[in-house]
Amino acid sequence: MMSLLGSGLVLTGQIFIVTLLGSLPLGVLIALGRMSKFKPLAWLMRAYISFMRGTPLMLQLMALMFGPYYLFGMQLGSDWKFWACDIGFILNYAAYFAEIYRSGIQSIPRGQYEAAEVLGYTKAQTFMRIVLPQVIKRILPAMGNEVITLVKDTSLAFVLGVMEMFTQAKAIAASQVSMLPYIIAAGIYWGFTILVEFILARIEKKLNYYHD
Amino acid sequence: MTSENALLSLQHARKSFGETQVLKDISLTVNQGEVLAIIGPSGGGKSTLLRCCTLLETLDGGELSFGDCVVTVDQGGQAIYQGKDALRRARTHFGLVFQNFNLFPHYTVMKNLTDAPVTVQKMPKAEAEAKARKLLARMGLEGKENMVPCELSGGQQQRVAIARALMLDPDVLFFDEPTSALDPELTKGVLKVIRDLAEEHMTMVIVTHEMKFARDVADHVIFMDGGVIVEQGPAADVIDNPQHDRTRAFLLSEE
Repeated sequence: MMSLLGSGLVLTGQIFIVTLLGSLPLGVLIALGRMSKFKPLAWLMRAYISFMRGTPLMLQLMALMFGPYYLFGMQLGSDWKFWACDIGFILNYAAYFAEIYRSGIQSIPRGQYEAAEVLGYTKAQTFMRIVLPQVIKRILPAMGNEVITLVKDTSLAFVLGVMEMFTQAKAIAASQVSMLPYIIAAGIYWGFTILVEFILARIEKKLNYYHD
Repeated sequence: MTSENALLSLQHARKSFGETQVLKDISLTVNQGEVLAIIGPSGGGKSTLLRCCTLLETLDGGELSFGDCVVTVDQGGQAIYQGKDALRRARTHFGLVFQNFNLFPHYTVMKNLTDAPVTVQKMPKAEAEAKARKLLARMGLEGKENMVPCELSGGQQQRVAIARALMLDPDVLFFDEPTSALDPELTKGVLKVIRDLAEEHMTMVIVTHEMKFARDVADHVIFMDGGVIVEQGPAADVIDNPQHDRTRAFLLSEE
């Protein structure tokens, strides 16, 4: 049982890490688009965020899984479910992250931009060197919330038949007619979360070398 | 004052925010080594004038240039900006010291000074650091290189900000009420640094409420109110012997 749960945990961890690697940078781009002075782009990003937050992640995953076949008749191999899963999580989480980034970016005082402008920084340099590092410190607690939610949201991958930990626990529970796999899975999720909390606390402490 | 070989020349500047006209036909020139103080009541247009000169606000009308670098030309009363390249070049001619310092809080003092020269001007890092150390010593900030701004007093932060502006060797250094956020004790240290710069013939434009300081340090004083230059002249004349009632009333209220 533990080896099955263990292999599930590996997949859970993979979904978690791939989602963060994809959605953390994508969220920055969506936030910038959402704040763009080019109105059509801003509206498009607004609609995107609204849709991603306004429909169940489970449905989004299913749409990615089965949409290509039902809409376009595409035959995608049995590996597609992993792609559908990762893409679905990334697209969904990027929308939430984008709004957190936006709150952080808008909290940086105008004077920071003006100082950078007078010193000759380009817009891109100002954002990457001056604004973003300060934003990260400010949004870390809010980000932590989402990241911890993600740990448990990975279990939604069960609708795609991805054998992550929750799917494994469900299968074992059914075959052994026992609640024990669920209890163990719950413990592992909690342990995972405690690890994430620990890492977040470390980052927060590291960024504590200054305050505004 | 002629606009020939002036480091800064602003002619017939106009600026409105909505219906409110904030600058009404302002002209001034600043020559090499000259210190200009701009005084006047809040809301009189001083800060807007400074922000237009430092390209943080755009002029509606008028001509602005730094030496032979033309920023705007006037066409039928409209200020026509000469493109992004001209703006970028113009920014290499001046520095600005803010009322609220606006240091980068996540950078050490050293990095605050060296980051722009290294990233923007591609100055070698070692050269930038050596230059920064010299400037910090002049500002009385030896040994603060590795501190972050929040570990410094307001006066020290403002001196770091002055050093940061000097790193890029500006022709003209602008100050926007550099001591207004400081208590009298800390103000002294900052004013001393500016005084030293004046003695080294740094060209400066200073918006200030420190009348005694303006009188001592500035060559020329402009008194602004209601978007116009009410009175201007040699510092001692304007401050000790104002000709206009508004200037007189303002100076009395400042004492």
